[in-house]
Amino acid sequence: MAKFQTPEIKEYPVIPRIREGAMAGLKPLTAKPDHQRALGFPGELMDNWKEVAIDKMADLLGKYRSLPVFLDACVKCGACTDKCHYFIGTADPKNMPVARQDLLRKVYRRHFTFAGKYFPKLVGAVDLTKEVLDDWYSYYHQCAECRRCSVYCPYGIDTAEITMAGREILDSVGIGARYSNEIIGKVYIIGNNLGLPAPALRNTLEGLEEDVKEDTGVDVRYPVDEKGAEVLVIAPSADFFAEPHVDGLIGYGKVFHEAGISWTLSSYASEAANFGIFIGSYENMKRVAMRIREAALDLGVKRIVVGECGHAWRVAYSFWNTLIGPFDFLDPRYPAPQHICELTYDLIQRGALTLDKSANDHRVVTFHDSCNVARATRMGNKPGGQLTIPRDVIKAVCNNFYDMDAGTIGEATVCCGGGGGLLTDDLMELRVKGALPRMQALRHVVEEHGVTHMAAICAICKTQFAKVLPYYNFSMDQIISVHHLVGDAVVLGAKQ
Amino acid sequence: MDFLSVAYALLFYFAAFVLVVGVGRKIVQYARTPAPLKIPTTPAPTTGTGVVLRLGREVVFFSSLFKSNKWTWLFGWMFHLCLLLEALRHLRYFTQPVWGWVVLVQPFGKYAAFGIVIGLLGLWGRRFFVDRVRYISAPSDHLMLILLLSIATSGILMTFVDHTDIVSLKAFALGLLYADWQPIPHDPLLLIHLALVAALMIVFPFSKLLHGPALFFSPTRNQIDDAREKRHVTPWASDTGTGAAG
Repeated sequence: MAKFQTPEIKEYPVIPRIREGAMAGLKPLTAKPDHQRALGFPGELMDNWKEVAIDKMADLLGKYRSLPVFLDACVKCGACTDKCHYFIGTADPKNMPVARQDLLRKVYRRHFTFAGKYFPKLVGAVDLTKEVLDDWYSYYHQCAECRRCSVYCPYGIDTAEITMAGREILDSVGIGARYSNEIIGKVYIIGNNLGLPAPALRNTLEGLEEDVKEDTGVDVRYPVDEKGAEVLVIAPSADFFAEPHVDGLIGYGKVFHEAGISWTLSSYASEAANFGIFIGSYENMKRVAMRIREAALDLGVKRIVVGECGHAWRVAYSFWNTLIGPFDFLDPRYPAPQHICELTYDLIQRGALTLDKSANDHRVVTFHDSCNVARATRMGNKPGGQLTIPRDVIKAVCNNFYDMDAGTIGEATVCCGGGGGLLTDDLMELRVKGALPRMQALRHVVEEHGVTHMAAICAICKTQFAKVLPYYNFSMDQIISVHHLVGDAVVLGAKQ
Repeated sequence: MDFLSVAYALLFYFAAFVLVVGVGRKIVQYARTPAPLKIPTTPAPTTGTGVVLRLGREVVFFSSLFKSNKWTWLFGWMFHLCLLLEALRHLRYFTQPVWGWVVLVQPFGKYAAFGIVIGLLGLWGRRFFVDRVRYISAPSDHLMLILLLSIATSGILMTFVDHTDIVSLKAFALGLLYADWQPIPHDPLLLIHLALVAALMIVFPFSKLLHGPALFFSPTRNQIDDAREKRHVTPWASDTGTGAAG
């Protein structure tokens, strides 16, 4: 693997001067033909890829209003140019949101606009060549679809939409990223991203029950496929696998235990994440999501609760009702899928949990807003609940909490650097460099307030930080699940 | 009627036609293209009134741009505000008698031209001096600024230096409106000013000037955040099956 240098954290955040071609060589491994075909895509680059790509672009332009509007509206004002964490970390100008969009826009102009057809040089329109296609593959896999640019664009242009279209066009001509496409295939065959089969899942959960019993002396249950349970929990499969994720899952179980709510996981729908969104494929997104509806109906649950997973919550909150709704079979009091933080927050408000905040006194905590939770979803009834509810949960279980710099949290949060289907070792350089703004903000609260842990509610964020924190001289266990904090503070048996 | 008067009359009918039909076609395209998924950039309003207010803040104050970059906001907002004042002031050439509030706008509108120039120069400067903005600027981005600057400068020269025969010009403008053509003053500054305005009208539907109408169709800004409360369905998406693989 190529060597690269971890960016230096300066005293203050710095917007780099552009360095053309800085990340030009970087691209993820491509999916094998079998993986492509399993998702309904051609196995490898087609001979007539050019026509197919332009046809696909025409198709998408007619299907998604965002595309023609975003491709036409940009005035190149530059407002977004310093907003992408990948640009800040790499200085490659093609990682500026507008320049990333322009890779697609210049072909759109050439083929679909009057100005681009007749005056291509004037408006920067170009034909679709192999070079352009390679640029698409490279730079549409250097975007985490985090939507930070869309906050600052005067027209709300969301580069995530352009990236998704770019990836969908690439898939339609036979070039897909191995990481995302292989994982979607695993969901179809096994039920989750990790490829963890049902017996292994049952085994893991039994082990978890034993661990918790050993730690606490209490029989906290981690049930799977229990018909008639009230709540179906859809967790990211990372929660079954390793720290820091699994401590979050332990926390969910303790919350349900104390609240006296029966719950279950599903071995058929054992994955919250929906990588269909990453590749912009409506069909695949719907197919992945449909497993959850089927599992909910099969198990006869009354509520669906989604675990700590960022893009998953976006798909669940914003898209499930469209993709797999209506949810008329659920309890009318909880007619829509909820986030585990909403559930815990409600229980805390109702006094249904006894909490010992001092259990977290050895930690000083900050909170990383996961990009897609912050900018593409909501929790609770009020706009911005996705920002306040997780913090209120943390503050209810933890005495020491400090927020990071205002420009890096809330709607302005910076992506962890591994979102949107980039959480793969072949993009390690990008992931480390893209984490720079977050690492900078973390360093600041560590020095200012002695923060020891950064809490998050996203499996990708947690995996990414566990990997990149050491590059910046933090320790990998400084990333922690919000429900790990909750689980440590819940006093078991207090209500019985 | 001389040749120039006829030519300018025809030019403006053509420009108006291109502007109205061109922008109309784009609006129809935007309106007819479905937005299959809920993608408002959140935190987003949960009611229709909230969305109207959100778009209102974007249109009137450029609120997202303000969050992003104060210099770009300052120059951009100054340019647009002054352009609006200037456009309103110009209504006096198309109304007889001149509407009362247009009379009130006149003194502000007259000097707004300088705001336009300052705003444009500020925006143009960014295209040279900020390396990121220089990188993303195409020739058309520079030309658009030159076009607007030329319109503003020729206007300023007529207002403050070399007056044109404004009474005849108004007769020409009203003549266009009421299909009763009148001669146009043969004043080079005026002819340049008008030709450039016509050019602006003609390029509008084919250029980034579409950002105006497009903003109202931007799903990240105009959607209500009610995905859980209301099922959002559009035709092609609800017909999409899940057995696509094979």
